Order: sequence, then C-alpha cells, then structure tokens
Amino acid sequence: MADVKIVKKKRSQWMEVWRRLKQNKAAMIGLFIIGVLVFTAIFADFIAPEGYDDQDLYRRFIPPGSKHILGTDHLGRDILSRIIYGSRISLQVGFIAVGIAAVIGGTLGAVAGYYGKRLDNMIMRLMDILLAIPSILLAISIVAALGANLVNVMIAVGIASIPSYARIVRASVLTIKDQEFIEAARAIGADDFRIIIKHIIPNAMAPIIVQATLGVASAILSAAGLSFIGLGIQPPNPEWGAMLSAGRYYIRDHWHIATFPGLAIMITIFGLNLFGDGLRDALDPRLKN
Amino acid sequence: MHKYILRRLLMLIPVMLGVSFIVFTMMYITPGDPARIMLGESAPTEEVEKFREELGLNDPFFFQYGRFVKNLVIHQDIGRSYTSKRPVTIEILSRFPNTLKLATLGIVVAVVLGIPTGIISATKQYSIFDNAAMVAALLGVSMPNFWQGLMLILLFSVHLGWLPSSGFSSYKEMILPALTLGTSSAAIITRMTRSSMLEVIRQDYIRTARAKGQTESVVINRHALKNALIPIVTVIGLQFGYLLGGAVLTESIFGISGVGRLMVESINARNFPVVQGGVLFIALTFSIVNLMVDILYSFLDPRIKSQYK
Repeated sequence: MADVKIVKKKRSQWMEVWRRLKQNKAAMIGLFIIGVLVFTAIFADFIAPEGYDDQDLYRRFIPPGSKHILGTDHLGRDILSRIIYGSRISLQVGFIAVGIAAVIGGTLGAVAGYYGKRLDNMIMRLMDILLAIPSILLAISIVAALGANLVNVMIAVGIASIPSYARIVRASVLTIKDQEFIEAARAIGADDFRIIIKHIIPNAMAPIIVQATLGVASAILSAAGLSFIGLGIQPPNPEWGAMLSAGRYYIRDHWHIATFPGLAIMITIFGLNLFGDGLRDALDPRLKN
Repeated sequence: MHKYILRRLLMLIPVMLGVSFIVFTMMYITPGDPARIMLGESAPTEEVEKFREELGLNDPFFFQYGRFVKNLVIHQDIGRSYTSKRPVTIEILSRFPNTLKLATLGIVVAVVLGIPTGIISATKQYSIFDNAAMVAALLGVSMPNFWQGLMLILLFSVHLGWLPSSGFSSYKEMILPALTLGTSSAAIITRMTRSSMLEVIRQDYIRTARAKGQTESVVINRHALKNALIPIVTVIGLQFGYLLGGAVLTESIFGISGVGRLMVESINARNFPVVQGGVLFIALTFSIVNLMVDILYSFLDPRIKSQYK
C-alpha cells in the first residue's frame, strides 16, 4: 500500500489574520456594529420611517415614544430618520477622508522612505510643519479657506491626517527596503515604481490598515466637531455633529435632541475602535498584551 | 544637553516659517476682501480700493508674505484685528491664559484618572476591574467631547443643579470643562499606562525585586512605574499639546473666552489676521510642549541623556 502523506493545507496570511480576528470577541462586536452601520447607510431609504427633512412644526419637540422612537427636533423632524440618513454622511466622510490621507500620505511616506536622502528630508520636514498644527485646528483653517461643505470637510480632515500615514508608511518602507526580496526584485530588473507598488506597499499594508480603521473613527469625530462649531456640513443635511449642535440650544427642556445623535457618534466610533484594536492584535500578535 | 536644546530650538524656526506660509496661503485664498470687511459693506468702491492699496493687498502674493514674515520676525506684529482694531498679539495673549488653564486642568484630570487606573489594570490583568476599565477607556476615546460636555451639563447643571453650565472664573465653573476636555486623554493615558506597565512587569528585574522581598507597592511604584514612564510621558505631552488645540470645542460649549473660541469667532467674521495669529501661536506652543517632553526624557532615563550629547 502506498504511503499516505497528510499534507496540512497552508493558510494564506490573510486567512490566518481572519482566524485570529474571529477569536477576538471585542473585534467581532466592533465588526457587527460597523456592519449594522453600513447596512443602515445603504438601505436608509427603506429603513428610515420618514425623510430626513420632513418638517412639521405642529409636532415639534415630541419626546421619545411609540410614534417617534427617538422623538422629534425643533423643526418637527423625526430624529431616528435623521440619524439613519446621517450614517451615510458619517461613513462617506470617514472613508473618503481616510482614503485621501492614506493615498497622499502613503505615497509621500513610501517615496521618502524608499529614496531617502534629500527627498526624504524635504518630505518629512513638510510633514513636521503639518504636524506642528494640531489636526483639528488645521482642519478648521482649511475649511475656513475652502468654505464649509461636505466635500471640503472631507478634504480638510483628510489633509490634516496625511502626516500620520506618511510617517507610518515611511517607517515600514525603511524596514522593508533593505530586505533580500527587494534586492532580488531589483536584480531581475524591476524598476522603482514596480518595486514600491508590487513589493513594498503590500508588505507595509498591516500598519496602514490598522491606522486606516482607527483613522475612519477619528475622521468621523473631527467632521462632527467641525459641524458642531458650524464649520462643517450645513443644514438641513442630517450630519450627527450638526444635529447635536442644533439640539444644544434646547438641552434644558428637550434633552433627546442632542442626546441621540451623540450616542450614534459614540457607538460608531466605539465599533470602529474595537475592530481597529482587534485588527492590530490579529495582524501583529506580538503587540498584544 | 544644552547644545541639543539649542539645536531643537533652532529647528523650530524653519517649522514655524513653514506654518506661517501654510497659514498665510490659506487665508490668502479664503474668499472675502479684507478691505471691504474692515470698511463695511456700504463703503464706496473707490474708498475700498484706496484702502486695499494702503494695506498692500494689491501687491503680489510673495511680496505680501515677505512683509508678513518681516513684521512677524522684526516687530512680533501679526497685524490688527479687523473687528476690534487691537493688535492680534494682544487679542491672543489676553485669551491665552484661559486656554492654558483649561488645557492644564484637562491634563491634570487625565493624569489623575489615567495613571492609577492603568497601573491597577496592569497589575490585575484580566480581572473585572481591568475589563471594566478597558471598556470605559474605549468608551472615553469614542465619546465626542462636545457631546460629553452637553451630557455633563444636562446631568450636573440641569438635573442636579450642582455645577454651573458656563463661565470659567470660579473653581466650581472649571470642573465640567476640565472633565469634558480631560476624559478622552484620560482614556488614552489609561491604555498607554496599562500596556507600558504590562511590558515592564514581565521583565527579569521585577522578578528580582520581588525575590528580594520588596513589598508589592515598592515593586510597582519604584521599579516598574519608573521604567514604564517614558511612553506614558510621551503620551501626556502629546495630549497636552492636543488639548491646547482641541480646547476650541470645549470653549465653545462652556462659553469660555479662550484662543480656540476667538479663532472660531474670527473665522465666522472673516477676521483673517486673528486666525493666522491663532494658528501660529497654538502651533508654536504645541512645538514647545513637544520639545519640553523630549527634554523631560533625559531626567527620566539617563541613557537618553547620554544620546543628547
């Protein structure tokens, strides 16, 4: 009888990460929250009881109850519906701002780390300058210059977080670029662009993914903060920070208007942070305490 | 060490020049004519044009920026506020004590809450306390501070009537703003203290200290905490810098007359010199705080001091 050799199927790196992630209950709770949020944002038209801008001044300030689960605001709009529609804006801001920051910051960091010397010095000094301005202040100044609307908020929040991505990617590139497989790629004639895109970036992905997940959370927070001081998304758009800001003037008599949008922000950020922390542990188990 | 400090101080010059360039450019591209804003909407066009010429607003961009830097460096003059007509430096310096006081109180709250919680969490890893503290810390990081501020007002001012909801002159008035500003930093410091302590607690010299018969409090406070302090101090320093900049939201909730609120008011009024001055001032303070943290390292760890030479 021929020998039977048991070959254990080799898991890919990402399958291994997913396996570790699945064992982390907190990360799964985070993923569930993110899932619910994405589902809500996509199907807002079907889930929301009313439109986000359906005003009725005869039903202002209705407290939470059976007809309006989270009550109505100062213009008689259903708060639950506005929060549901608001998830679209928050997710858009979060993902697009992080996209801007990761692409620009990542490219700058990769170029700085790979080429080193003067280019590295120039890029990183520019990042030092941006880092010298606290990010919320930088975002405020950019919005002030460009004008307060959804697109500009995304750009402002994105630009304000470029330095952190540049630094992370640069650090990863510095550790990877002298490894043998890069030398091998260069030896078979790969050009710099191919080496960066095909070999360096995929190997530097882990910290970028973790930073991006946590970055979505801070982008949503920053955008809500900007809207809160009137420099973000403008009414009647149902942005959570703007809803909270409008509700603060009525907080003494109608607590629910400011309370629920804030809870929505908190739960979203909580979910993203839980997932981000779990992802970091799964990608680099050495970091786990 | 002195050389290191001097070098770092000199490095601040190009950084601040860069910040000034960014800030100047942003305000330059911002829509709105400063001359029109200062003279009012009803002013005749010829008068506005004459005023533009006087202010040098018709000069090329780099010429204007050069003048801005020259005034800044030689006369420490950032210009005058369009609304109050007072020098911007005076406007900012008159508001800065409140921002500094708020950020300092915020960081005190953060340290007082964060470090002990982090230490207990690390020494009792995976206990109920540790789990509860970690969930609380994560909630603290996730909570928008402007919302937290409103909720604190709702509870302590509206329902219980214990604390005032605005103002910043008496200690009673400072409690809610300090808690609002300090909570998320407390959460970050808790997490950092815990992870840093956990790393140190596993070291051999801690086992040696225990084996020598040292009491647990000496082991934790003298041997573990001292060695775990570097990353904690880094985070505290960074957080203090962020609190100075991030105080803008807290100031706006509690009606505190600080630099952050001044900036928001100035943005809304298109009062550009004040915005430029505010960003420059906060950036300078932020950079100096970071430098001070770096210097503090050498007192905590003599190995770092030797590297500075």
